[in-house]
Amino acid sequence: MTSPTNVTRENDAITTGFPVAGKPRFESIEAVRQGLASVDYLADEGIAGVVYLADRLAKPVLVEGPAGTGKTELAKSVARLTGSRLIRLQCYEGLDESKALYEWNYKKQLLRIQAGADQAWQELEEDIFSEEFLLARPLLEAIRSPDPVVLLIDEVDRVELETEALLLEILSEYQVSIPELGTVRATQIPLVFLTSNNTRELSEALKRRCLYLHIDYPQLDRERAIIETRVPGISEALADQVARIVRSLRTLELKKLPSVSETLDWARTLVVLGVESIDAERASETLNILLKYQSDINRAAKELAGVELTD
Amino acid sequence: MLDLLTGFVAELRAAGIPVSLTEHLDAAEAMRHVPLEDREGLKYALGASLVKSSTHWRAYDTTFEIYFSLRGPEYQIAENELEEDGEQTDESDAANLAGHGTGKGRGRGGGGGGQEGMSPEELAELLYKALLGANDSMIAAVARHAVARYAGMEPGRPVGGTYYLYRTLRNLDLDRILDRLLDDARVASTSPTAKDPGAGPEADTGGQVTFTALEERLLRDEFQSRIDQLRHEIENEIRRRLVADRGSEALAKSLRKPLPEDVDVMHATRDEMVLLKKALQPLSRKLAVRLARKRRHGRKGPLDFRSTVRHSLSTGGVPLEPKFRYPRPAKPEIVVIADISGSVASFARFTLHLVHAISSQFSKVRSFVFIDGIDEVSRFFENVDDPADAVHRINTEADVIWVDGHSDYGHALTVFWERWGEEITPRTSVLLLGDARNNYHASQAWVVKELQDRARRVYWLNPEPRAYWNSGDSIVGEYGVHCDSVIECRTLRQLEQFVGELA
Ligand SMILES: Nc1ncnc2c1ncn2[C@@H]1O[C@H](COP(=O)(O)OP(=O)(O)O)[C@@H](O)[C@H]1O
Ligand SMILES: [Mg+2]
Repeated sequence: MTSPTNVTRENDAITTGFPVAGKPRFESIEAVRQGLASVDYLADEGIAGVVYLADRLAKPVLVEGPAGTGKTELAKSVARLTGSRLIRLQCYEGLDESKALYEWNYKKQLLRIQAGADQAWQELEEDIFSEEFLLARPLLEAIRSPDPVVLLIDEVDRVELETEALLLEILSEYQVSIPELGTVRATQIPLVFLTSNNTRELSEALKRRCLYLHIDYPQLDRERAIIETRVPGISEALADQVARIVRSLRTLELKKLPSVSETLDWARTLVVLGVESIDAERASETLNILLKYQSDINRAAKELAGVELTD
Repeated sequence: MLDLLTGFVAELRAAGIPVSLTEHLDAAEAMRHVPLEDREGLKYALGASLVKSSTHWRAYDTTFEIYFSLRGPEYQIAENELEEDGEQTDESDAANLAGHGTGKGRGRGGGGGGQEGMSPEELAELLYKALLGANDSMIAAVARHAVARYAGMEPGRPVGGTYYLYRTLRNLDLDRILDRLLDDARVASTSPTAKDPGAGPEADTGGQVTFTALEERLLRDEFQSRIDQLRHEIENEIRRRLVADRGSEALAKSLRKPLPEDVDVMHATRDEMVLLKKALQPLSRKLAVRLARKRRHGRKGPLDFRSTVRHSLSTGGVPLEPKFRYPRPAKPEIVVIADISGSVASFARFTLHLVHAISSQFSKVRSFVFIDGIDEVSRFFENVDDPADAVHRINTEADVIWVDGHSDYGHALTVFWERWGEEITPRTSVLLLGDARNNYHASQAWVVKELQDRARRVYWLNPEPRAYWNSGDSIVGEYGVHCDSVIECRTLRQLEQFVGELA
């Protein structure tokens, strides 16, 4: 429930201004990196640096990159690390205000209007546009939460360009204006992560409000470390081999390159199969876990077996 | 420090990266939270505030190196370093090298002797060891020596960094080193101390091992990545010296790199071509999504009841403002006729890729390619999920040579008209692609006139700069008079914009 103190009636004077950041959550960039590692998320210098800065500047982070490289997982891990509640808005085509921000419970309102047919409209209006009739959706919920929150706006590139506008107020002011009710302001500044698989260009307005982080496929060392942390029971040697083969495959011109999550799936499969060392044959048999297209699988199998390709 | 940031931002803008005032202020704020000595941290902090697209990162990275990474006393270059043709090396390098000797060596260069210029053989040997041992600081040190020795940099000389890079690399002969590393790895693997990246290879009789193809591949990848690292260090060193010589501002300007979408396709270098190809896929995907959305939101459709009721609540349940769903407007039909001869081939490929990537926006797409003969290639695009595959087949399979394989627009157009002219209808938009360099053959411009009479629209896209049009054997003007418009289209950005408007 909202405490009445952070809701302003529309006709009240609304004081705007840049929200004041709370106490810093992290000591240093290195502290972020180590903290994330302690919750099994392996960040590089760039990732740790941007998370650190987001906290210091009280700015949202827009995380872009290929699918399966740890964008969503980053937000989850930061929530775990800071002991915050994770509130997630999963975006999809057709997402609108009523699913993202809030919705008036109009069935309930209609009932109320019918029940009070002899009441003065003014009075009724006051009544049906009160919090009792308000259904809070993730964005409003994140703002109203009295506890620390990490807000994850996942796959924002899936919503229509026009829908992005709904996010702008919350991203820059950490507040939500409800015309019939007033402005709801955050009592604590949440850490906000937006992710995008880059299927379309996001609006300039949105990008301007965010810090930008591009997460690409990890370098060899980091990927090996990810495998070792995320795949129980894997030997160092096998983790190393997996990471090297994946690196090699990513240099090929494939339709879809293997992502971190696919690397992990592959590594887990190899462990389950009791494989200790991968040879070309073993690799080919299990490539379908790593690669999604048959043409990619064929291509990779030939490359790994050292068959000369014509063309 | 803020002045430095202002100069930096100005340079980013000059390089084509859009930086707004808010972002500039964010960057200034970011600088307060990251210590200046933490160069990596600073790079990501400023980058997060200033650069909002991954394709801009390369340009950002170069500029950052020039403005920030190379500042500070440790990057100052000793007087003699520039003057004495690099024979002399500064103390720290020598110390560095001595400190990181692998120990396996023959204990060369004790005392002061090592400081006097090394012979090329010695340098090559050190390089080899640095790469074999994956010794980062040694790789960096070797890179500095190599630049000092081989780049032949002279103060005030107005040549770019690539020239020096090329000179240095040529002298190091990295291909040979790669082979030697692989050969020696085979021997080394038999010794118990060696750590090899692949699976344990089997020793064969003579102390040599035979790697499987997979092991060989992984080993080669590993050495290649170390060589890439060396190359990167060499580039850094060259930049460091150039900055010392010319100052950041001047240097940034001369090293400025165009963003992939702004590279002139006809004059792209090989490296740029790689980046262009990379940029094409996301570009076409984005375009497709944008167009799909545009189409859906183009016009009003039937009433959306639920939405109407929901919005009526602010007016006391009276539906004052009806809400609608969106229908689909009619789709145009496209015919592409593209010159794929040498000079304009990449441009044609990009266009075909882009048009087919958004083919769902059209009711029909037919593609024809020509040099002096012409062939329909629409079939290559059927049932493939990646237009790049089809474009690849065009290169190898299309039948486009008639006489000598030099562009003959006149002949190609005449054949087109005879064989397919009938199929052009008032719903068709025709896209002609090429530089109209006709090798002094007859223009047969009447075909374009006929096309215009029959089609909805006829466009000509010319990848050459407008200044070159109608000079030499270019006769774009003769065709142009029969087109609805003739468009100069030199970059992916321009191409994307044009194709986007077509749909
Ligand atoms: N840096 C990392 N550290 C640990 N695990 C990671 C990392 N990056 C990716 N992963 C793993 O990959 C999986 C997929 O990541 P996810 O965040 O869902 O990808 P994305 O959101 O980018 O598509 C995660 O469940 C996680 O197990
Ligand atoms: Mg995700």
